[in-house]
Amino acid sequence: MSEILIKDKEIVVPGENLAKGMDCLPGNGTYRDKEFIVASKLGMVNVDGRALKIIPLSGKYSPKRDDIIIGQVCDIVFSGWRVETNSAYQAMLNVRDATSEYIEKTADLTKYFNFGDYIVAKITNVTSQKLIDLTMKAPGLHKLSGGRIIKINTNKVPRVIGKQGSMVSMVKNATGCRITVGQNGLVWIDGEPENEIIAVDAVKMIEKESHISGLTERIKSFLEKSTGKKVIVGEVR
Amino acid sequence: MYENQKQHIINFLNKGLRFDRRKLDEYRDISLETGVSKNAEGSARVRIGETDLIVGIKLELGEPYPDSPDEGTIMVGAELLPLSNPEFESGPPRIEAIELARVVDRGIRESKVLDFKKLCIKKGEKIWIVIIDIVTINVDGNLFDASALAAMAALKDAQLPKIKDNKILYKEPTKDKLPLSAKEPVAVTVCKIGDYLIIDPTSEEEKVIDARLTVAITKEGKICAMQKGGTTPLSAGDIDKMVELAAKKCEELRKYLK
Amino acid sequence: MTRPDKRKIDETRKIEAKAGIIPRADGSAMFKIGNTIAYAAVYGPRNLYPKFLQNPQKGILRCSYNMMPFSGSGDRVRPGSSRRSREISMVTEKALMPVLNLEEYPNAVIDIFIELPQTDAGTRCAGICAASIALADAGLVMKSMVSSIAVGLVNDEPVADLSKEEEDIEGTVDIPIAVLPRTGELTLLQLDGEIKKEDLQKAIEIGKKACLKINDIQKKTLKDKYKQVNKDV
Repeated sequence: MSEILIKDKEIVVPGENLAKGMDCLPGNGTYRDKEFIVASKLGMVNVDGRALKIIPLSGKYSPKRDDIIIGQVCDIVFSGWRVETNSAYQAMLNVRDATSEYIEKTADLTKYFNFGDYIVAKITNVTSQKLIDLTMKAPGLHKLSGGRIIKINTNKVPRVIGKQGSMVSMVKNATGCRITVGQNGLVWIDGEPENEIIAVDAVKMIEKESHISGLTERIKSFLEKSTGKKVIVGEVR
Repeated sequence: MYENQKQHIINFLNKGLRFDRRKLDEYRDISLETGVSKNAEGSARVRIGETDLIVGIKLELGEPYPDSPDEGTIMVGAELLPLSNPEFESGPPRIEAIELARVVDRGIRESKVLDFKKLCIKKGEKIWIVIIDIVTINVDGNLFDASALAAMAALKDAQLPKIKDNKILYKEPTKDKLPLSAKEPVAVTVCKIGDYLIIDPTSEEEKVIDARLTVAITKEGKICAMQKGGTTPLSAGDIDKMVELAAKKCEELRKYLK
Repeated sequence: MTRPDKRKIDETRKIEAKAGIIPRADGSAMFKIGNTIAYAAVYGPRNLYPKFLQNPQKGILRCSYNMMPFSGSGDRVRPGSSRRSREISMVTEKALMPVLNLEEYPNAVIDIFIELPQTDAGTRCAGICAASIALADAGLVMKSMVSSIAVGLVNDEPVADLSKEEEDIEGTVDIPIAVLPRTGELTLLQLDGEIKKEDLQKAIEIGKKACLKINDIQKKTLKDKYKQVNKDV
């Protein structure tokens, strides 16, 4: 008979036994060591019946196909642009994936994307050796101008976005800022200085407190207090 | 490379604000702790915002320079540890570390806060060498002000060890302090971005500043060392304003040197 | 026979630890045992340059152990690497490598920087303990933590966690070990001095027990960091 050795939502550390028994199922962030299910990552345990997995609380971004990320152009080569992705690997944006325009072989590529430019791009491929291809040819992908970039814990990105974008919309509506959240943990925020600072604080608060229930309410009251205006929750723009 | 970021920072400065809500002439939270490394003869840790560094003092015996046979001396080293910033690499000190060490060195040396004559044990033969080492723990800008403050605090914290048969007994500290005067220099770095002057830049701000001026000022209000950095020229008017701002803000730092 | 500081044979010096002390790092920790303090920062997995160092089959682990110039009780430690610090860096790397899964990070590097602001006995072990916490804090996949302690023979008696004073006693044997707490396997073992097989066995047994206690402290340290947020809210 199997036995779960920890409570749901408990924070666990690598090497910790989570469950005993052969009928328990090891999920993400866990492994089996004889009759035990063991944590292989720091994180919060999710117990779903006899299935156990770890929701990581830290760790760098690991590039995945179809993710929309914010990257920074770090080099320009013959075939296109090399892009920093806030992960262990740089990505490649090929000339033919950069724009629907035809680019001459002799063109000055800095006219399209210059060194240091931030772009919102989509990952089209990740090889097993972690060569990453990007594209700019899809709706919503563009170069970012103005604003600032902040780094957040990539594991918290889904919470910053919220269900169907509800969390980030609430922050946008309350502060009037333009915000883009990259799956790779970079967030671009642009607005009037006073309001931009509030938006940055709100995003950092979501990042820090994401695992504690009542988050939406706390963020709402923070935004109301800071902006002095009523905030409507649940409105998706 | 950073034109975009710079323009956005200037948009904020236009409204009298920084990215972290600070005013242009406002320091981040500062803390200072002494006696942080027991084996050092003196030590201090300074945190300014997220910048965090330690200065430790070791004392050694040496021979005086022939041109100053009755004076001890100081040596300042700085290590920008790769532990403290993803952009730092292992290896011999880079020019940034050398500049930092030399600016701190000049502030202390030229203020005459340390009486070099009293560091002489026997004329022409034996002197104290005061070795001041700066090491970074976490870097988020403004290493100059933090290092100079920590160095001064560590000097004040230091106790001379006993000497026996020309050897230092490191484990037997005496009650004697280093021969320090009340001149106590502190350094304030004023940065110019566009038409604005700011102090205590974060790493993000340091990337876009046009020029900086570090001003070391003694307790009597005398300037004892300066260092201009950055590639943009400064006018005499700029320098006036920067020195004035430094003179005003140095009192805030001095409070931490009890 | 009692120990100079009256500790029991299996008793460690006082331990304190903290995770997340270096905000710029991907993971970090402080580990203090007696008067020895170690800081560790983990950066990575990250880009590895120059390119010829890259391994397309797995990531590489790089460890650097360094004493701060003012950390020792004697003369100033000259900055830069020494033969001693390079060897310790290497054995630290080997002590930590078995718990990591480097195949997940081809062509990349995981850097661990260990810095000692204050040293007494047992610096390499404190460094490994701090590094292990920092690796977990960085969210890396790990089979388990690694716990480390120096054991030895002092006045012919096997003891855990030698102090500087004990190290200096004539005939003392110093045996730094690192242990995988789940299996009891050793990932670091060094020895200097003369010792009988039986005493070595006893010393290692005492060390393993001490490492289990250290592992508990490492776990608590990591949990405390993440629980602190709950308290703040």
